[in-house]
Amino acid sequence: MSLDQLSGQLLVGLINGSFYALLALGLSIIFGLLGIVNIAQGAFYMAGAYFSWLLLQAFGVNYWAALVLAPLAVALLGVALERTIIFRVYGPDHMSGLLLTLGLLLIIQGLFVYIFGANARPYPVPEELRGGWDLSFVFLPKYRVWTVAISIFVCLTTWFVIEKTSLGRTLRAANENPVLTRAFGVNVPALMTFGFGFGVALAGFAGVLAAPLYTVSPLMGADLIIIVFAIVVVGGLGSILGAVITSLSLGIVEGFTKVFYPQGSHMVIFVIMILVLLVKPAGLLGRER
Amino acid sequence: MATIEVTGRKASPGVSSITKPVLWSIGLLVFLIVPFLVYPVFLVKMLCFCLFACAFNLLASTTGLLSFGHAAFFGSAAYTAGYAAKAWGVPFEVAVAIGTMTGFALGLIIGFISVRRQGLYFAMITLALAQLVYFLAFQLPFTHADDGLSGIPRGYLLGFLSLDDNLVMYYTTLIICIVGLAVTYRIVNSPFGSILRAIRDNQPRAISLGYSVDKYKIMVFALSAAMSGTAGALKAIALGLATVYDLHWAVSGDVLVMALLGGTQTLLGPIVGAILVTVLHDYLAESGLPVPVLIGTTFVLCILLFRDGIVGELKRRLRL
Repeated sequence: MSLDQLSGQLLVGLINGSFYALLALGLSIIFGLLGIVNIAQGAFYMAGAYFSWLLLQAFGVNYWAALVLAPLAVALLGVALERTIIFRVYGPDHMSGLLLTLGLLLIIQGLFVYIFGANARPYPVPEELRGGWDLSFVFLPKYRVWTVAISIFVCLTTWFVIEKTSLGRTLRAANENPVLTRAFGVNVPALMTFGFGFGVALAGFAGVLAAPLYTVSPLMGADLIIIVFAIVVVGGLGSILGAVITSLSLGIVEGFTKVFYPQGSHMVIFVIMILVLLVKPAGLLGRER
Repeated sequence: MATIEVTGRKASPGVSSITKPVLWSIGLLVFLIVPFLVYPVFLVKMLCFCLFACAFNLLASTTGLLSFGHAAFFGSAAYTAGYAAKAWGVPFEVAVAIGTMTGFALGLIIGFISVRRQGLYFAMITLALAQLVYFLAFQLPFTHADDGLSGIPRGYLLGFLSLDDNLVMYYTTLIICIVGLAVTYRIVNSPFGSILRAIRDNQPRAISLGYSVDKYKIMVFALSAAMSGTAGALKAIALGLATVYDLHWAVSGDVLVMALLGGTQTLLGPIVGAILVTVLHDYLAESGLPVPVLIGTTFVLCILLFRDGIVGELKRRLRL
């Protein structure tokens, strides 16, 4: 086992972990505010990748602008869906939200397959991030390092905003007791719309980051959301930081499994989920809603 | 539309006492005649999904648990039944039995892990476990990963009726489906079914009455999985094909959509839903319309406007 191989897979694990973290973070924020488990999160990830590809192909917009514009477009799509459809299922029955977003997933994915076809589209790595650093014992591709760094930065910023700022305090209050928060004059429905838009934008952001790494295809997010579900079951939906840490560590575990037992790399996260469920049915940070 | 109340409550008397048997007979007659009008192999596939949707609904209607991972049972039974028929040359009946047992065994395992949680978490856990089975299938040698298992022989019914005749295959499947429906009805309307509904409606109370609720849930989960296995085995044998796609969560989503579109609190709902979805898939596939979008839209409307499903809604409107 060479050190090179090991650190290479560690990086791959960290990249996957970052994508899981961005998606799980969005999932947690949406669940906290709206009480909805958004199974369409993978579709918004895919949409983010497609929007960046479209921006490049149709308007020649480069990667750096797409990094802002594509998540914004995904957020707009999310806000439009929330205002027209999703707000109708708010309430004590959390299952409706999951089922409704399953329907939305079918629609969004079906539309992208219909419009763009099922084939994958390549997206070039931006010029500034081509190549890598050779640290003698390991070769670090710039783009991969950038992906991990910016993902962790976005996750930590989100955590900071929610935990330490007044906007975050309002969000947490709306999460804890929406009726009372409204009585204080806070526009909770607008906050929920914002929360949904932000949550799906995180998925869209992950999609833009993923576009140069993987190819852009309509089904790229289909299986990702299930892994994120398993992570959320392990870590619990309640905590923001918990979701990020669980995602990154399980990503790393997945990366290492690829080195030691490649056949098991797709399964290891699910196996961990089973073990956690058998020992602690409520999840590691367990707080059942 | 005639349906039998899953809850066992008598519908308004007078109308239904005559209407129901008549409507049931008409329905049965349609199923007996239709293979002469429509390509039987498509109908067999449709029937398999009807049985699959009923199996899904056995769990959903009695416990209120919505599984997002039923493809695991359908797909793995398709493989074991197909493999037994092809590699070992076992008769048709044995192959279907093997598929059913596969579903049951896997159902016990997945049920044991997943029934500890409810609602959203149950949905996410079943989804994840089914995905684990899917990835496992990619690694196992006899699944042939992307290519799947093809050329599965249909064999003979009772040793002498060749199932290669599409009509024989169709009627055999129809009989198995009717038996499956009858079994579901028996389970739902048994003391066992009553206890399950009691657990669904008030779990703490059921626990305080001394019922080990997890055991009951695991049992009905495994029964539902076994019947899903029967459906998967039939599908593999009738179409001669088992693929890893049968295990993919898209199939779990399909069966969920079928059951909910039709209505989970009715016996007939899942069948209506399954027919609707398979017909849409097959007949609109060539029209160039985006079928998943159409099905997704219908499903979203169903969630927003008629939560009781098509059959549930019709029953309410017609007071049947």
